[in-house]
Amino acid sequence: MDSRRSSRAVIDPKVRQVGFFTSAPLPPDRTQSDPPDPIRSPPLADASSPGNSLSPVMIPPPRHPSDSLLRLPHSPSDAFPPPSPTTTTTSLGDFSDDVTAASSPPPAAARVRGRGSSVKQQGAASSFPGGGFEVPPSVKAPSSVPASGLTTVSVVKLPPGISENAGGSVSVEVQSDRALNSKPLKEKTSKAERRAIQEAQRAAKAAAKAEGIKTPAVTALANAKSAKSTKPSPQRNDSAVVVAASEKKGGDRSVEKDRKKDVPHPRMQYDDKSRVQKLKKRSVVKPTEARNRVELFRHLPQYEHGTQLPVLQSKFFQLDTLHPAVYKVGLQYLSGDICGGNARCIAMLQAFQEAIRDYSTPPAKTLSRDLTAKISSYVSFLIDCRPLSVSMGNAIRFLKSQIAKIPISLSESEAKATLHSDIERFINEKIILADRVIVKHAVTKIRDGDVLLTYGSSSAVEMILQHAHELGKQFRVVIVDSRPKHEGKLLLRRLVRKGLSCTYTHINAISYIMHEVTRVFLGASSVLSNGTVYSRVGTACVAMVAYGFHIPVLVCCEAYKFHERVQLDSICSNELGDPDSISKVPGREDINHLDGWDKSENLQLLNLIYDATPSDYVSLIITDYGMIPPTSVPVIVREYGRGQLWIYEECDPLASPGRCSDAVFFVDGLIFYPSQHLVLSFWFPDRPPSGLNNDLLERSDNFVTVAENGNFTNFEL
Amino acid sequence: EVPKALLPVANRPVLSYVLEQLELSNIKDLIVVVEGADAALRVGGWISAAYVDRLHVEVATVPEDVGTAGALRAIAHHLTAKDVLVVSGDLVSDVPPGAVTAAHRRHDAVVTAMICSVPVSGLSEAGSSGAKDKTKKPGRYNIIGMDPTKQFLLHIATGAELEKDTRIRKSILRAVGQMDIRADLMDAHMYAFNRSVLQEVLDQKDKFQSLKQDVLPYLVRSQLKSEILINGAPQGQQAKENGNDKVSYRILANASTPSFHELYALGPNGSAPVRRTHKCCVYIASNSKYCVRLNSIQAFMDINRDVIGEANHLSGYNFSAQNNIIHPSAELGSKTTVGPHCMLGEGSQMGDKCSVKRSVIGRHCRIGSNVKVVNSVVMNHVTIGDGCSIQGSVICSNAQLQERVALKDCQVLSLSTSVFLSLSSNEYL
Repeated sequence: MDSRRSSRAVIDPKVRQVGFFTSAPLPPDRTQSDPPDPIRSPPLADASSPGNSLSPVMIPPPRHPSDSLLRLPHSPSDAFPPPSPTTTTTSLGDFSDDVTAASSPPPAAARVRGRGSSVKQQGAASSFPGGGFEVPPSVKAPSSVPASGLTTVSVVKLPPGISENAGGSVSVEVQSDRALNSKPLKEKTSKAERRAIQEAQRAAKAAAKAEGIKTPAVTALANAKSAKSTKPSPQRNDSAVVVAASEKKGGDRSVEKDRKKDVPHPRMQYDDKSRVQKLKKRSVVKPTEARNRVELFRHLPQYEHGTQLPVLQSKFFQLDTLHPAVYKVGLQYLSGDICGGNARCIAMLQAFQEAIRDYSTPPAKTLSRDLTAKISSYVSFLIDCRPLSVSMGNAIRFLKSQIAKIPISLSESEAKATLHSDIERFINEKIILADRVIVKHAVTKIRDGDVLLTYGSSSAVEMILQHAHELGKQFRVVIVDSRPKHEGKLLLRRLVRKGLSCTYTHINAISYIMHEVTRVFLGASSVLSNGTVYSRVGTACVAMVAYGFHIPVLVCCEAYKFHERVQLDSICSNELGDPDSISKVPGREDINHLDGWDKSENLQLLNLIYDATPSDYVSLIITDYGMIPPTSVPVIVREYGRGQLWIYEECDPLASPGRCSDAVFFVDGLIFYPSQHLVLSFWFPDRPPSGLNNDLLERSDNFVTVAENGNFTNFEL
Repeated sequence: EVPKALLPVANRPVLSYVLEQLELSNIKDLIVVVEGADAALRVGGWISAAYVDRLHVEVATVPEDVGTAGALRAIAHHLTAKDVLVVSGDLVSDVPPGAVTAAHRRHDAVVTAMICSVPVSGLSEAGSSGAKDKTKKPGRYNIIGMDPTKQFLLHIATGAELEKDTRIRKSILRAVGQMDIRADLMDAHMYAFNRSVLQEVLDQKDKFQSLKQDVLPYLVRSQLKSEILINGAPQGQQAKENGNDKVSYRILANASTPSFHELYALGPNGSAPVRRTHKCCVYIASNSKYCVRLNSIQAFMDINRDVIGEANHLSGYNFSAQNNIIHPSAELGSKTTVGPHCMLGEGSQMGDKCSVKRSVIGRHCRIGSNVKVVNSVVMNHVTIGDGCSIQGSVICSNAQLQERVALKDCQVLSLSTSVFLSLSSNEYL
């Protein structure tokens, strides 16, 4: 890190930069030598004067810090060799075309839910009627029992609202065709529906008002108390009302759109009774507020656990606007079946993928607008189930920006295919590939004879430990765990099965066990821009003890979990878990002394989910952009936070040789696409990246540049 | 003679309770499978009259004695959804079907069965206890084994098997570690099935007749050594195809709380899933919910009593201040009292000095003077002569009771029978 810091001093002092910086990869001599430069040069480089060769856009690709730390900055002209003529032909268009061809547009009426039915005394079964029923009964029955025909005895006329829910499937159209004496559209909005719309509009107004209040609360830096006492000034109120009024002018919007507006602010203050009431009104899950809440944490949502699940379950069929996949994910969040930032994010994105696949634009609406509204309604449902994690928030922001970017000219199936592949790439690149890079970096920090301590169960740390073990490093792992979730047990189980030697202990023993530890690896739910690590509760404690023992603390966190927020304590933003789970010890009936005490007025149970570790206690943050000190987090957030989500692109050269022919492969796994200036990617075949293998050389038809010891060689083919 | 689905419960066919519950849950497309062409015609006729414009119902007819499994086989080609919900038509319940489906979806189960506590029949009432012994049928009581979290079904045995030994798979017991065995629960005949699995089982096992006695126990029995080609196999292939999918799958799997199925599938120290498993889930209806099956005469009477009594939200009627329902067109004679928890259908006439307690009286009944009806169900178009006394009995449509007949715990089943005598108890006619 020191070397990087020194290189920062070289930077033009007028540009104030935080974090580490290196010289830009586009030095003047290269610009002169390459005719097709304008295409390749990053937009920011254009803005800066040609004399200033230092562009803040480029951050060197992560490397092994030991050997290649200074290689790229020192010889920038060599790092990006002149591309061959074919290099410029790379186009994302090709790629997306491939994708469209590969993933054929899904069938329109494929989405089905379980439908109920009934029988006389027998079982009955039912299914989605549409396609099934219109198909004439096949002659060959699947069993000995003669197939029975179906007689339609009762037909229903569906109001238009429902037909939309069914995804414009065939069945509904058929049904509405059948409904001969259908009434005009207007009459079909029932009283209840009208009321729902009205109520939603009212709620939207309230939300707008609330937003007006919230903005100052956010600026009042992380002080929950002051935010609480902030009363909306009349001025603000007026402006909020104006906003709401202008919103109302929008005319008849669907309820769903209103829901989008109603998505509670991530840092909504839950101790404001009126606002909570309004939120409750539109909430799907209908939580019951817990009674005895700890004073300091009243601004956080806390509900009676165990009341939400049955209510949500019973609404399975009512939530027609909700895609079943999203519903399932929400249910799993609520019941705690899925936890962990990466897993929750992947599960959510995959559910969205499915929802988008089954989506069809309603008539007279544009895809981008309607789909955004739809995604927003899904998100608000997921928030109802469990507050979003930072990783999910970032993923949602990405998805929405991708939806917004879709050109109107694109056909629906193409747009859906694009979004599908976008999500796929987000998962692959921001999570899976990022994890691989993190593993690659972190493994260099593990030496033989190390004793590594980890807390809880982090997916990144687990991969690091397993990979280090596969590399044959000799080390021991201490897994520190805590009640009530005992997440470490599962990690322990998996590690022990792989043959790692482990020690398992609880956080109570941390000060004892820390004596023998040489390194601490921690996972994180999020890293905030002041370097604060927001993670499972207990992490701060572990980090502080390690700091006290002068043991390096390495936090492994994918860059997509970084957030620009600044947080000084774990009070203002946190999540509250089920208070019962800390008062009850499963399997130990004899010590459950607090049974029934939760109704007592002077007992308050606090089960925090997260805590904030100050950056002082963190030695290093390992991300997919390299190993950085906690002070450099703002750089990552600034440079890669928004808009530039496509930094990496994984490419299997053997699977798609044509696509890779224009890429430049580096030994340490870096792939550079000269035609797409900023696109760097990592290529991790299973073999160690000590040299390019024959397959690759044969298949890429132009040349490959190999960097070795700072020298770059072109391999012409 | 009346198909069971059309038996009146509080003057509405029992099937309507199921349909209404489904309609409430926004399930509007149904297939009703009826045994026998004659019955199908009547059921279809009733549904088309009652639910036109509200539900999209198809009626399928299957020959008699094919059993529930056979019925499903017959309509298998009409099913297209990923999951199907199978509900018995005689279920009177206010448990939302969505809850069952949600539990099913949450675990990606192969089958989810709804179980409820065995109804506490009105034992305190002397009138009904006698009838109960007689109407008790084998197979009504189940032994149900669940895992400690009460989410998975580990063992199910119906009453018929109960007389023999109960066999529990050792492997299941070993995998779970602990099993709760309950005898106070019963299968409510509301299942959510994974369609492809259900069809596969039905195709492979030709001899399976009943969902409850064959299919469900089979699925439960084989849950740890699944012979079904469910998602397990294709998932594994997918994971092999693409390394990234595999990783994300692993991240997901690691982060989610594993059920004993996954732990078992992984084997004691193996890394890759070696054993195929599938999940059988249960949804236990809470005790506050009402859930009874109409599968005996006793149950019929209980349901009738409950629907106008404690579970009156099911009936969908508005109760008067006296906690009873008297249709405006019903005519009451002087000094006639209709107690709470009673129901009087439209167009019924009652003479003087009658008393009705906790009973349901159907439409267009004519009841003479001085008649006592207690704890009974009187269906439509029944004529009851003067001075009759009816206790704990069921009187079917179009029956005629002559004067001064006393019935206690009787079932007057046949239509247009005329009863002259006084009967003591437990007689069928």
